[in-house]
Amino acid sequence: MDRNHLKRQVDFMKRSFLDQGYLDEQFIQLEELQDDDNPNFVEEIVTLFFNDSARLLQNIEQALVSGPIDFPSLDNYMHQFKGSSSSIGAKRVKNECTRFKEYCTAGNAEGCLRTFVQVKQEHAILKTKLETYFQLAKQAGPSGTSGGQIR
Amino acid sequence: MLKSQTGMEDGFLSSVGAEDSKMLEPPTKITALVVDDDTINQMIHHRLLDNLGIRNQVVRNGKEAIDVHCSGKNFDLILMDMEMPVMNGIEATRKLRAMGIQSMIAGVSTNTRERENFMEAGLDDYQEKPLTTSKLVSILHKVHKDG
Repeated sequence: MDRNHLKRQVDFMKRSFLDQGYLDEQFIQLEELQDDDNPNFVEEIVTLFFNDSARLLQNIEQALVSGPIDFPSLDNYMHQFKGSSSSIGAKRVKNECTRFKEYCTAGNAEGCLRTFVQVKQEHAILKTKLETYFQLAKQAGPSGTSGGQIR
Repeated sequence: MLKSQTGMEDGFLSSVGAEDSKMLEPPTKITALVVDDDTINQMIHHRLLDNLGIRNQVVRNGKEAIDVHCSGKNFDLILMDMEMPVMNGIEATRKLRAMGIQSMIAGVSTNTRERENFMEAGLDDYQEKPLTTSKLVSILHKVHKDG
């Protein structure tokens, strides 16, 4: 009984992420790759994403605050970050990355700085939401084992 | 869902179109090489291929792709990312073709500006990232037809 309720909650949460544009179809594609042999595939990928992206975001921040801005280099970092975001279905994050890249191409430092704040914000919001989601999914799932945590 | 044209590829294609595509036994044992510097994409592409029952190996850049072929290995399908350090996908594709490698090479990228150059380097197909099961299946459909 309780588990069914939890499962419904998990599904509802996922639906709301999709409806509100936090995630897109790509996330669903990743979930479809999960099976009994790979029960934590999505969480593993997402954990990897947040670990990798923390580094990338730091590099971008450094590039933005230290000295004259190297727009091509910034664009390169952001291209990587956008790519990873896209791979896990992080729709809002990806969209902010696109905006950032546009300012980069235009050589607009102020635009880059402003948009970067948005990028970090969306990134942090998504991280919190997905942490909650995976915690709930574990409680609802067939095996209630604790896998890797998003740090 | 995929329907085979001639009915000959039925076993593979229909099982690929089936709900549980994990228990796949393709009539030919297709092998693949994933060439990508991004760990997330490596994991996803590896899993996508595994899920379709395709044995695959992962390397991190174009040079490693060349090296693995020089070691005598061959693959039916190569999923080639474009932007990679050391040697990018365009250069790697050119080199592989120059080496006489006739495997199906599918470019997988987000850089639409370089698409033509990439194709001209010797690709058989090109797909936008992120790769999905259905994009992969459309690539594999070509492998099977030519193979």
